[in-house]
Amino acid sequence: MSTMLRIVVGSILLASAGVCGDVVVDQKDRKFSKTEVTIKPGDTITFTNSDEVAHNVFSVTPGLEFEIHRQAPNERSTIAFPKEGVVEVRCSIHPRMKMIVTVKK
Amino acid sequence: MKLRDSLILAAGSLLAVAGIAAPDSGVPGGTPSRAESKKKYTRPAAVPFPAENPFSKEKELLGRTLFFDPRLSGSRSIACSSCHNPAFSWGDGLPKAIGFGMKILGRRSPTILNSAWTELLFWDGRAESLEQQALGPIAAPGEMNQDLDSMVATIKGIQEYGPLFAQAFPQEAVSSNTVAKAIATFERTIVSGQAPFDEWIAGHEDAIPEDAKVGFDLFNGKAECSKCHTDWMFTDSGFHDIGLAGSDPGRAKHLHLAAMQNAFKTPTLRNVDRRAPYMHDGSEATLEQAVELYDQGGKERRPSLAPEIKPLHLTALEKKQLVAFLKTLTSQDTPVTIPVMPQ
Repeated sequence: MSTMLRIVVGSILLASAGVCGDVVVDQKDRKFSKTEVTIKPGDTITFTNSDEVAHNVFSVTPGLEFEIHRQAPNERSTIAFPKEGVVEVRCSIHPRMKMIVTVKK
Repeated sequence: MKLRDSLILAAGSLLAVAGIAAPDSGVPGGTPSRAESKKKYTRPAAVPFPAENPFSKEKELLGRTLFFDPRLSGSRSIACSSCHNPAFSWGDGLPKAIGFGMKILGRRSPTILNSAWTELLFWDGRAESLEQQALGPIAAPGEMNQDLDSMVATIKGIQEYGPLFAQAFPQEAVSSNTVAKAIATFERTIVSGQAPFDEWIAGHEDAIPEDAKVGFDLFNGKAECSKCHTDWMFTDSGFHDIGLAGSDPGRAKHLHLAAMQNAFKTPTLRNVDRRAPYMHDGSEATLEQAVELYDQGGKERRPSLAPEIKPLHLTALEKKQLVAFLKTLTSQDTPVTIPVMPQ
């Protein structure tokens, strides 16, 4: 089975089973690849770092706080968003990197 | 390593030894070519002004006047320009700023050059706009030590300020808000001019010397300076612990994350040879010493140290070439005219 076919089949199976989804957000040239993401409670976002410098993705949105801690180039980290809300995501090292994650059913 | 990559590296080394500029082809997957690096440093076409505080000549004139007026301070003797002096590239030339009562403060006065493009102000990023920043030092007891209501009363008592405010803010009364907006407008107009480096970027190959061109290659390659000193302003506007001694928490005082401990904002390198001494604490007296600090990988090894800070193993010649490059970032600007103070 080709890789593409396996991904498609896998996605259909996960969706039909009600399994949570994952969105990949890359960090490149000190920017997030997406500035707005809408997901469901329990979904995850995987942050990848394609830059040559470290990043530190975090949120201080009350009740929805998280911090990846320092993420080296080529590392990936997955964050779960269990609750509904609007999450302001930033990189503490590069404050121009901003993203809004809307979590709703 | 493939044979082709080895040959390219060997050729590059020979050129470096000969003091000749790095080739424009670069090294695949490694050091960027000079041509690739140069593309990153083009100046912006216009100064950005926020929609909530658009530019006007009247606001700029008022802001300029307020900026140089020491009567805004509690002692009536300290102006914004006392620490942000155009004669010192909008710094003060001191290791640490001097505040109210001639008290030496904890950090060096940062330049306000090119602050129109900066989102978080102060060394620790505690102000989110120039309008917010403008009032901070005025009200700080250790700095200009002025109650803002008293400042407004003082300004209202100076008759000739009346028309200046009326022209700048026809629909608004004199307030700390309009003072902040006027000063911020003036500060946004303080932009470093065209430097020899810009001429070189524009295609005038003779605008900077050969050793500076090699310094540029080092800046973007072996010395890794461009990992933080990015873009035309030579700053990522970010916050990094570069391993200086001291207990100043820096950005962590306002953003309570471990990586922000001892982290300070990356300063612009525009006109940098006019702003000695260097670093947030003024601890490096010369550009040569600043380069030496980075070559050593900082002075303090601690968990918060930025991973980009590490020993660079630069040669004495390479350090000189880096400094030669940094000196090409200085513009020959028109002298600043200080306004006559309203009475």
